[in-house]
Amino acid sequence: MTAEAGLAALWFAATLAAMQLALAALGVRRLLAAQEGRGLTADLLGAVRPIAIVQGALAAVAMALLIAVFVRSDMSVLLVAENSHSEKPLLYKFAGAWGNHEGSMLLWVTILGLAGGAVAIFERTLPRVTLIATLGAQAAIALGFYAFLLFVSNPFARIDPAPLDGQGLNPLLQDPGLAFHPPTLYIGYVGISVAFSFAVGALIARDVGPAFARAMRPWVLGAWIFLTLGITAGSYWAYYELGWGGWWFWDPVENASLMPWLAATALLHSVTVLATRDGLRAWTVMLAVVAFSMSMIGTFLVRSGILTSVHAFAVDPSRGTFILALLVLYIGGALALFAARIGTVRAGNTFDPVSREGALVANNLLLSVILGVVLIGTLYPIVAAGFGVQLSVGPPFFDKAAGPVALLLVVAMAAGPLLRWRRDDARVLVVRMAPPIAAFGVVLVAVLLLGGGVALLPLLGIALAAALAVASVAPLWGRNLLRVPLFTWGMVVAHLGIAVSLAGMASESAFTRATLVAARVGEPQRVGPYTVTLDGIAPTIGPNWSALEAHLSARRGSGTVIQLRPQSRFFTSPVTVTSESAIATVLDGQLYTVLGQADGQGRVQLRLWWKPFVTLIWLGGALVAIGGALSLIGRLRRERRARRRTGDEEAWA
Amino acid sequence: MKPKQQRLMLVLLGLGAVAAAALLALSALKDQAAFFYAPGDVKRTGLPLGRAVRLGGMVEDGSIKRQADGVSIRFVVTDGVATVPVAFSGIAPDLFREGSGVVAEGRFSPDGSFTATNLLAKHDEKYMPPQMAGKMHETKTLRQ
Repeated sequence: MTAEAGLAALWFAATLAAMQLALAALGVRRLLAAQEGRGLTADLLGAVRPIAIVQGALAAVAMALLIAVFVRSDMSVLLVAENSHSEKPLLYKFAGAWGNHEGSMLLWVTILGLAGGAVAIFERTLPRVTLIATLGAQAAIALGFYAFLLFVSNPFARIDPAPLDGQGLNPLLQDPGLAFHPPTLYIGYVGISVAFSFAVGALIARDVGPAFARAMRPWVLGAWIFLTLGITAGSYWAYYELGWGGWWFWDPVENASLMPWLAATALLHSVTVLATRDGLRAWTVMLAVVAFSMSMIGTFLVRSGILTSVHAFAVDPSRGTFILALLVLYIGGALALFAARIGTVRAGNTFDPVSREGALVANNLLLSVILGVVLIGTLYPIVAAGFGVQLSVGPPFFDKAAGPVALLLVVAMAAGPLLRWRRDDARVLVVRMAPPIAAFGVVLVAVLLLGGGVALLPLLGIALAAALAVASVAPLWGRNLLRVPLFTWGMVVAHLGIAVSLAGMASESAFTRATLVAARVGEPQRVGPYTVTLDGIAPTIGPNWSALEAHLSARRGSGTVIQLRPQSRFFTSPVTVTSESAIATVLDGQLYTVLGQADGQGRVQLRLWWKPFVTLIWLGGALVAIGGALSLIGRLRRERRARRRTGDEEAWA
Repeated sequence: MKPKQQRLMLVLLGLGAVAAAALLALSALKDQAAFFYAPGDVKRTGLPLGRAVRLGGMVEDGSIKRQADGVSIRFVVTDGVATVPVAFSGIAPDLFREGSGVVAEGRFSPDGSFTATNLLAKHDEKYMPPQMAGKMHETKTLRQ
């Protein structure tokens, strides 16, 4: 009965979303009419709010019921039979609920519904028209995805007769990462859709201004924090799970998460201009549309079956067509609304080219260029395939096209926080930029003298990372650290995080040492500063796999011996072999080991990497997310204080 | 600067950025996109030299030769029309085996052989690359 209850909850939620959309449309018309002094003044917000909350709750109930059938291993549910196995560890039964096509789409709408409910509960500052239109837009997005689930992708379908056991989950997904990576990314995607709904609401209500920007900003920030975490976690997961030694492959699926992040980063900065300086009105709305389009394209790329990777579960063409239709409908609708209403958005405040706003515009333009490059590189193979040409676009393209622009962006990023709002003096800026420029020069020369033979892009990357690190903390110089507002701390930490991450990327690319050997037991191998010895090979067994395990001991000079145990794992359901890398993290980098095949003459293949400072990549990502969180908390606190102050004034009056 | 002028400037800058992105991407695509070849395509159109490409087909039965260093292998990729000898150093994917599908990333040498930097093998029935599914299908029909 659990599955049927879940399906019923989904139908109820879909019906409520339809009601929410209809009532919101009616409510907006009434309110706009009332504003012009005709018609009824009664508004429907009182009805739309609870509907939005209940709709979100029902979607969550459906998701909870799906998790329940997975945890109970109810093989009469088709999805469980196809993607689960009764002997799978509990964590993967639980997380396996979204480790497949239907379940992951259900998780998507659940988060969307809950976010809509949260807007209905917590948003108190927006004008009623804007809020009601926002909730209407949110319902319109949800409705499409409910239709998708109910008509072509039902997660609760039964199978009769029920098989004795399931087919199991793709072993590459059987990792604790599965429990965190998809939900974090989805919260990011969905948060962007909320920001988009705010933009739609503001366009419909003709209310694009600082108030709308302040209401939208926490959602953009929140979405951006989760996207950052999701991308960082996904990158580390791919790094240790795939055993290829790389941390970013420019895989279309990775790009699908990077593109919304780039757009959200641009939006985050332009929304700040709109909220504080009332500039860049139309541009901010446009970016909200673009960011949402990117998260829709991301969903389409990953979920339509057009790509093949661990992420692409379904190859059912009707689903791809349905998602494509939704994509065209939403992006087309958003652009049409933008085109129709943008004329009503009056120009905001102006500013000098040399100013904080100017630097933020530069940031936005450069991010847009990178976004464009990534988008073209990602979609080109798909378009070419439509013309019968098979090709792939890989790291060389993205490194060559996006790399230099990204470094230029770092320059803008270093200068931005050192500029004043509205107008500044270029000569004074040069003086303020002296320390970062000095850091750039010193590090550049040091690497050239010590490193030797470093390629241009990583070399510039390391030097710019040093400059950015110095420039990031510059806004704190000479200030009482206790009185610096929390959101300024947020900016400093986030920018510093980018510098840290960039240093890690450049160091990994410049100084990685790799070796590939067929090793005999007892034979020492050299990689970077380490000597790695194969002590032996032994079979071992896990909950649903068996494995061959290499016992390695690594030693640096006369230091302590590190034990590493890379494995080659054999899964029976489905039959798959995966290699589990073993990684030793030390202060200045990671030693990464992978076990290959045995050659039948007493040797096994070993792939060894020494990656100096590679951990900085993800540490930087975490810092960026922490910076975002500090900024979010700081903004929310300031808003609350401001509201309390106006509340006091009203009480006085 | 008047607000209207500034707005115009921003619009122009935005369009400029989009154009720059498109130009940058297209110029890089021209020499960086890796085209997909089956051995038969190479026979028909000639060797694509001096660029990274992908070679797809079946690993010919009995063709995998392990080299003395223990990490290099040589094998032959076929699509039923033509064959290409491939050299690869590294850990081959677990499902790389004779009579099974493979996509090799790398470059052709002037003598017609292929040096692979990476091998992609069929993961399992569920996770087969579509381009490979297509090629394999052709290969199967050719064999019949």
